[in-house]
Amino acid sequence: MQTTANVPRPGGSVWTDPKARAWLFQILAVIAVVALGWFLFDNTQTNLEKRGITSGFSFLNNSAGFGIAQHLIDYDESNSYGRVFVVGLLNTLLVSVIGIVLATLLGFLLGVARLSPNWLISKLATVYIETFRNIPPLLQIFFWYFAVMLSLPGPRQSMGVGEAFFLNSRGLYMPAPSPTDSFGLFAGAVVVAIIGVVLLSRWSKARFEATGQLFPVSLGAIPLLIGLPGLAILLGGNPLQWSVPELTGFNFRGGWVLIPELMALTLALTIYTAAFIAENVRSGIMAVNHGQTEAARSLGLPAGKTLRLVIIPQALRVIIPPLTSQYLNLAKNSSLAAGIGYPDMVSLFAGTVLNQTGQAIEVIAITMSVYLAISISISMLMNWYNKRIALIER
Amino acid sequence: MQTHTFKPDLPPPALSVGVVGWLRANLFSSWFNTLLTLFAAYLVWLMLPPLIQWAFIDADWTGTTRADCTSGGACWVFVQQRFGQFMYGFYPSELRWRVDLTLWLAVIGAAPLFVPQMPRKAMYGLAFLVVYPLLAFWLLHGGFFGLSTVSTSQWGGLMLTLVIAAVGIAGALPLGILLALGRRSDMPAIRVICVTFIEFWRGVPLITVLFMSSVMLPLFLPEGLSFDKLMRALIGVILFQSAYIAEVVRGGLQAIPKGQYEAAAAMGLGYWRMMGLVILPQALKLVIPGIVNTFIALFKDTSLVIIIGLFDLLNSIKQATTDPAWLGMATEGYVFAALIFWIFCFGMSRYSQHLERKLDTGHKR
Repeated sequence: MQTTANVPRPGGSVWTDPKARAWLFQILAVIAVVALGWFLFDNTQTNLEKRGITSGFSFLNNSAGFGIAQHLIDYDESNSYGRVFVVGLLNTLLVSVIGIVLATLLGFLLGVARLSPNWLISKLATVYIETFRNIPPLLQIFFWYFAVMLSLPGPRQSMGVGEAFFLNSRGLYMPAPSPTDSFGLFAGAVVVAIIGVVLLSRWSKARFEATGQLFPVSLGAIPLLIGLPGLAILLGGNPLQWSVPELTGFNFRGGWVLIPELMALTLALTIYTAAFIAENVRSGIMAVNHGQTEAARSLGLPAGKTLRLVIIPQALRVIIPPLTSQYLNLAKNSSLAAGIGYPDMVSLFAGTVLNQTGQAIEVIAITMSVYLAISISISMLMNWYNKRIALIER
Repeated sequence: MQTHTFKPDLPPPALSVGVVGWLRANLFSSWFNTLLTLFAAYLVWLMLPPLIQWAFIDADWTGTTRADCTSGGACWVFVQQRFGQFMYGFYPSELRWRVDLTLWLAVIGAAPLFVPQMPRKAMYGLAFLVVYPLLAFWLLHGGFFGLSTVSTSQWGGLMLTLVIAAVGIAGALPLGILLALGRRSDMPAIRVICVTFIEFWRGVPLITVLFMSSVMLPLFLPEGLSFDKLMRALIGVILFQSAYIAEVVRGGLQAIPKGQYEAAAAMGLGYWRMMGLVILPQALKLVIPGIVNTFIALFKDTSLVIIIGLFDLLNSIKQATTDPAWLGMATEGYVFAALIFWIFCFGMSRYSQHLERKLDTGHKR
């Protein structure tokens, strides 16, 4: 914003000329920043030399020599620090993505519940929100990990749901699918069904705009989505083989396992962030003028369509920006994993690798750049979405 | 002539007034709502009685050791026995009056600021902000004027949590205001520097900042100059938080109508006097609730110092739960910690909402 008069006074010296002064201040500021940078750089150089640490990124190729409890890609102790980095990054992304999806679902549910005309439901949602958003996330993570997960019974006394899911202090064991020969046929059928539904809805929309006649898309979509894959299963047999966890000796074998650290972290982050998302959703819905509802109803739109076509599109515009910052917070809060030893970016890389190699500057720089990159990607994605749904004003 | 007399009004239908009416309107207005009500009531019934049973009815309140916890509910004896550690950390017990005194001075000193009719409030507030930190440092740390030194490695518990939060906000506020002004400046170089600074700190998690300040700060500084652990954590917290404060203050600056800037410039005020006398007083008043919210976030974030090994409230409790004499007390410990944090944060958020209503004087455009 233009705030100062930029016209030099006649007869004034250079010192009273706002333009000249602005230049001077900027040059001074840049010099100060460069000098500070040089001061830090120079000190670091001297200190590193004194401690005999060679800087550089070649340490990434050295063998790590420690095991990791959860790795989404193949990993063993002989792998390099570079691979440890990838494992940590994937674990961070895993917990962030699961957390974001679950927190969004729970948050929207709670936000709507808080506005419910039902007194009990809205009070319950309020109690939930006010409780969980006022307790530090790290404390919640500790609670779920130390007080809940670790005090679950051991593998031999695990709590089971049927003969497929087992919960014990080592994690949640569940059946793992693996594709059989007929999986290709099944996947193809699913893809064809989805394409069919998309084409059907496009056709029905075109027809509606041309003639005003409605065609219930779900009438065609549901048989398509169930029928085609069903037919594929009938023809080709079971597309997936399930490996069910079994108790052998002192532990379970087979199937997938969610380690307790992941569960505690996901639970805590979901519960904490959902409380904030619920508040964003509530304020978004409340920001839509009640006249909009009344106008829609007087046009003859039924309640469901009023919500879907009038209220939600307008509420989303208010909800998206704060929602973005909640997503960013969740991704950043996933670094609290270091507190319970979930092998994420921070605890693996800025913790173990830093301690083993002593390459503090490189490791911290890499870690920070990763989080900056994650933050920038999330905000770019959400900005793009925000722009897409933004009101185009005349 | 016969006068017409109205019949008395009929009473409203019995089903729409009183308790029954309220129930019908709020809980059983439709079959779907009835279903929801029943479901919610079931949830409450599922959770509340066991919780009360555990926390109050079956709980043990008196005793000195774990053996006194016999009734199977919560063992509050643990919290009672370790209360001193949770509040003061390893602060020598005979010197804990100094911590108490510091807190009381803060309460007594700040109380006049909350009295609306107080004259010369700004002057008093400024004096308080200058004098109190020195006094607090003298009382807590000591080392001169006759008080013995208590090194910061002995600080801990809730006291350390409060110290980090208070110093964090006191340091971040001025820095944040300067950054916000810089971001709105006409000078491109200043703007770029401020934007880079703000976006960098906002993009990284506090944990990595604390890691950085604990392992990289010693490398950055010349030989001989070193800070203790608490100081390093504080520097990290202040830099991190100032970026968030800057964004909150920027919101306030943007909300001030352009006419205010133009009027101040037309009066012949220079940049600093325009900001200090006209713009900032209005902008800061607008963003007080936002600053309180930032402070709540900071207060919750102080628990992260556990990562670099400081014994704040959460870490004190975590350490106590790993004591062999009190194994299995994790739930009691964390519930107690949650209660303390909750009381502080909920209290502050209520205060912030109250301020929002009080300060809403129609400045928004």
